[in-house]
Amino acid sequence: MNKINDTVKIEIRGLHFYYSGIAHALKDISFSMYKNKVTALIGPSGCGKTTFLRCLNRMHDLYPRNRYEGEIWMDGDNILEHGTDLIGLRSKIGMVFQKPTPFPMSIFENIAFGLKLMGIRKKTELAQRVEKALKHAALWDETEDRLRKSALSLSGGQQQRLCIARAIAVEPEVILMDEPCSALDPIATGKIEDLIAELTKKYTVIIVTHNMQQAARVSEHTGFFMMGELVEFDKTQKIFTSPSNKMTEDYITGRFG
Amino acid sequence: MTWEHTRTRKLKNYAALTLCSFAAFVGLFWLVFILWDVFVHGIGGLHISLFINDPAPPGIEGGGLRNAFVGQLIITFFATLIGVPIGILGATFLAEYARGKKIARLISMLSDIMVSVPSIVVGAFVYAIIVKPFGHFSGWAGAVALAIIMIPVVLRTTEDMLSLVPWTLREAAFALGAPYYKVIIQVVYRGAATGIITGILLSISRVVGETAPLLFTSFSNSFFSVNMNEPVSSLTVTIFQYAMGPYDSWHSQAWAASLMITLFVLVLTILGRLILKWKENKG
Amino acid sequence: MVSGLASLLIIALVLGILFILISESSLAIRRFGIWQFISSTDWNPVRESFGAATGLFGTAVTTGLSLLIAIPVAIGIAIFITEIAPNFLKGPIGVAIELLAAIPSIIYGMWGLFTLAPIMADRIEPALQKSLGGFPLIGLLFKGTPMGIDLLTASVILSIMIIPFTASISRDAFNLTPDVVKESAYALGATKWEVIKDVVIPYSKLGIFGGVVLSLGRALGETMAVAFVLGNNHQITASLLDAAATITVTLANEFTEADTDIYLSSLFYLALILFVMSFIVLAAAKFLILKAERGPSQ
Repeated sequence: MNKINDTVKIEIRGLHFYYSGIAHALKDISFSMYKNKVTALIGPSGCGKTTFLRCLNRMHDLYPRNRYEGEIWMDGDNILEHGTDLIGLRSKIGMVFQKPTPFPMSIFENIAFGLKLMGIRKKTELAQRVEKALKHAALWDETEDRLRKSALSLSGGQQQRLCIARAIAVEPEVILMDEPCSALDPIATGKIEDLIAELTKKYTVIIVTHNMQQAARVSEHTGFFMMGELVEFDKTQKIFTSPSNKMTEDYITGRFG
Repeated sequence: MTWEHTRTRKLKNYAALTLCSFAAFVGLFWLVFILWDVFVHGIGGLHISLFINDPAPPGIEGGGLRNAFVGQLIITFFATLIGVPIGILGATFLAEYARGKKIARLISMLSDIMVSVPSIVVGAFVYAIIVKPFGHFSGWAGAVALAIIMIPVVLRTTEDMLSLVPWTLREAAFALGAPYYKVIIQVVYRGAATGIITGILLSISRVVGETAPLLFTSFSNSFFSVNMNEPVSSLTVTIFQYAMGPYDSWHSQAWAASLMITLFVLVLTILGRLILKWKENKG
Repeated sequence: MVSGLASLLIIALVLGILFILISESSLAIRRFGIWQFISSTDWNPVRESFGAATGLFGTAVTTGLSLLIAIPVAIGIAIFITEIAPNFLKGPIGVAIELLAAIPSIIYGMWGLFTLAPIMADRIEPALQKSLGGFPLIGLLFKGTPMGIDLLTASVILSIMIIPFTASISRDAFNLTPDVVKESAYALGATKWEVIKDVVIPYSKLGIFGGVVLSLGRALGETMAVAFVLGNNHQITASLLDAAATITVTLANEFTEADTDIYLSSLFYLALILFVMSFIVLAAAKFLILKAERGPSQ
């Protein structure tokens, strides 16, 4: 593996994960993700990349008897430790899902949701931050005169950008994206990919994708997952031109997956 | 974001969730309290004489509710005989012949509404169409009133069960050259049988505790009678009369009768659920 | 086709009931008119003067108060089942709620008369009188001798009976909220209560409302449970500790006693009003629940 000089934002050490305490879904994952860079996670269906993503904001805790082993270090804390403040963690790590998930409220209310949780009540401040988030998500022009309309009136691509705006409104440090373009058409996909490039100026982005071309386009580092294991992790350039591992090469060249 | 603010949020969270848990506890509490009460009071009045003897004249000790038990059984039996076939046939029409058509949706919705319509109104209706013209209360009137209440219940559950049978099953039978009615009887009914039976059990459980529709149809009868052309004693109406009456022996009999009805309803309801669960696990 | 006829019977039934009720009450309708009957507080079999106001009053108070008590509890139960209870508890509690709904109303009546009414008369109502009787407006609600046979007791029993309807429909509505939408809220750092309050409940608004309206429809038509503990006293009163009458209780108690044509016709008139009210409310509930199942759209 080539030496990487950027700052580490998240470091994974020996992570194992068990669904319902028994299904061993992640096996001994260890690698690092870098600040203000885009890390892409690729692999065939069911390889564990989404499972891994959901460990980072401990989304698995919502369901009974899931179990983690190992360590995930971020900013000097092991977030898998007992007693970690999940609410605080999740306000530092934002998430965008496969299908757009607008709340059944107005566009404004959607973005303001996270802000109100943070305790921001003043109307002027809310309005400012909503505008900021929508601009940052390249959605302001299309929504500035219909902020009070229902978010469900937006198109699929717009809804997804709304979800991104919603996630960045609370100014997290990391943004997790789980196949954010899989439900969108190519034009909407292009807009989101441009957005991702913009986002890295302020945030660290980790994106799960089954579209290899997308991974090659947007990320600086890529991790290849297979059957719950991290097969290879390296600079994107290297993974896609001269991977070290035969399985990686087979996947990249389409021999399976 | 301040630590204080998060703390408030967590406190609110804890308080709200505790309140909801308390609400569930309250619900359970009522259930247990009522069932326990019925059990305790009812056991006290449970003698074999309750089932063997007919009522004694007012004020005189002893006597039982044989006529009421038998009357309840007969009325319910005939109500089932009338109501269930109509309900099943109606559901068959909605789920099979008229599937997807507007009329089916309308009838289905009307049925749903009729499931919850005040049962005393049904009683008044049957009074007007049967009791008044014939000039006297009768067991038949009571049976018809209960049947009217049963029909929507049976119809809706049967309709849902029939709809669950996959269309491909019917296609396979058609492909073998069977006419529609045969397909229904031999394939669809068979596939939905457990569900339909459960629906029937639940509808019986529903009417066996009904009082209001019997108040002015089958009325009551202090003597033993199985003549459906006369007023017939029923357990529910008798409970009403005895409970409102002045005698302790009447009250204790009312409790015992209540216990019997409650047990019957509980058994039917739980049985129905168990059957559904068993079917779920099988298929 | 035989089955077609069977299903048309439903339509015939609804229309038939409406027609018969109107025809039987025509005598009273002609004598008292519509508005006059509804607003008249008379109920005098001797002078042959009847009005629906007292019945409607009792129906309104018991129904309204019972909903007030039942809805928070029912929604709390639905939240508990869907969001708080561990998986193994969800089934049994669901069954418990079903059992509450299955208990016949006459059993509720028995329990109400012999167990609840004495407790209300001896402990709860005096306590309420002592603590709240002194206040200016609220005090009026608790005047009179606590006998246990009154609007308050009837409302409490009714509230227990209608809990299951709101609870189970709300539970179904809550379960319709997609997991990803809830996860999106959690991912923003929301607490469980915040997710329930700000995402699940708004998402399920229609369903909850439908459940409430269904409970309303059931409460309107409830007879036996209320008949045991309300007293059938034709009066409009401010105090919850007074006996009163509902349409259903009046029908239950007086139908077989009605000795004149106008008396019976007036009772049918009451039944007609009740039927129309219930039908409209239940239809509204059905409509809301159907809309809720389709999910929030534009």
